[in-house]
Amino acid sequence: MAEAIKLKEFACDFKDEVANRIPEANFDLCLTCGTCTGGCPASEQYDMDPRKFLRMLLLGMDDEIRKNPWTWVCTMCGRCMSACPMKINIPKFVYNVRASWDRDKRPKGIRGSCDQHIKSGNAMGVPKEDFVFTIEDVAREIRETQPEFSDLEITADRVGAYMALNQNSREPVTEPDELGPLWKILHKVKADWTHPTVMWGGENYCMFLADEEGWRYIMEEFVYHIEQNLKCKVVVNTE
Amino acid sequence: MKKYKIPHTFEFKSIIELYAQWIKDGTLKVNSDWNKDLKIKFTVQDPCNIGRKIGTNKIVDDLRFVVKAVVGEENFIDMVPNRSNNFCCGGGGGALQGGHTEQRRAYGKVKFDQIIETGAKYVITPCHNCHAQIEDMCHHYGGDYHTLHLWTVICLAMGILGENERTYLGPDLAEFGLDIEGGIQ
Repeated sequence: MAEAIKLKEFACDFKDEVANRIPEANFDLCLTCGTCTGGCPASEQYDMDPRKFLRMLLLGMDDEIRKNPWTWVCTMCGRCMSACPMKINIPKFVYNVRASWDRDKRPKGIRGSCDQHIKSGNAMGVPKEDFVFTIEDVAREIRETQPEFSDLEITADRVGAYMALNQNSREPVTEPDELGPLWKILHKVKADWTHPTVMWGGENYCMFLADEEGWRYIMEEFVYHIEQNLKCKVVVNTE
Repeated sequence: MKKYKIPHTFEFKSIIELYAQWIKDGTLKVNSDWNKDLKIKFTVQDPCNIGRKIGTNKIVDDLRFVVKAVVGEENFIDMVPNRSNNFCCGGGGGALQGGHTEQRRAYGKVKFDQIIETGAKYVITPCHNCHAQIEDMCHHYGGDYHTLHLWTVICLAMGILGENERTYLGPDLAEFGLDIEGGIQ
């Protein structure tokens, strides 16, 4: 049997670090078949693709990996992993590359939305009072202009409501009229629901930013509010 | 919550599962009669988060059930590939705020071509990221489709879509179901 190739210097620090964090990621099992790359819409952007990125990890090209902006073009959609014959967790690899960037070097837009979410409970930075004012205002307008919904009722933080609905913060800020249709459907089915006002944003930019601490904080605050304050039985994701 | 092992007793559901459940048990009364003669074609964008990433097609199948119920089975055209094997639109993972606009749009070209291939006039996007990305690509690549939230189509089919709630409808449906004063017929 032929002898294995011996390299004099071969350090894969970053690979070891990520593999420690996600032991099930299977990086070493890559067959270089390229199925991931063939089905990835981000392939070729910034002269990169999933197979090449993984190859660089396995070759210890840590600096090059960390420098490549492709990390932020990949959407971590998971198509590569679902197609991979060895089920290598490329999305988690990319997530960990994101997390390895200095926080202040990560894309400003994503960072800003994450910071706003931590501060005010939603990515657009809407203060709680403004959110409540907006939903009450839109509901009032519907009651006044759409006779079929003259008894439409919207509540915020109603204790004991069966369902709590999260809400993408884009609507209350840029297109409040888009809030109405969902409310009207809920009204028609006589749903028992409320809008929570703590961490109510349905989006999660801290996850995209790979800000573990921020992400955890948002989740903990949200779960506490639903469990301890509102005591809702169901949380409904509206997107 | 799973990731951080935060204990909780509430259930987590998608609004799409609930729409499907309410239609099936008769709580939400919808039909597609409005589109019987118009025959306007619709397709759907499968958000990765409720398809591939949850490891089952349950919710994206519910999505199809709901859409077919409100636009008519014969007026629904699926993209290929779809459901858990769909292509991401390119707006996910924070990409819309990530700053690499040119690359984001090149990424999304795959989805744009898929949409055009269906020939559908409307793309229903139940996720905000997808909605923003697919609308942006329509402008950028000069498509002629319209990008809709799911609730818009449901309310349209129920005849309860108000005058101010029609931003994303095309001219063919902009006034559909409204009386001359802008009230709902």
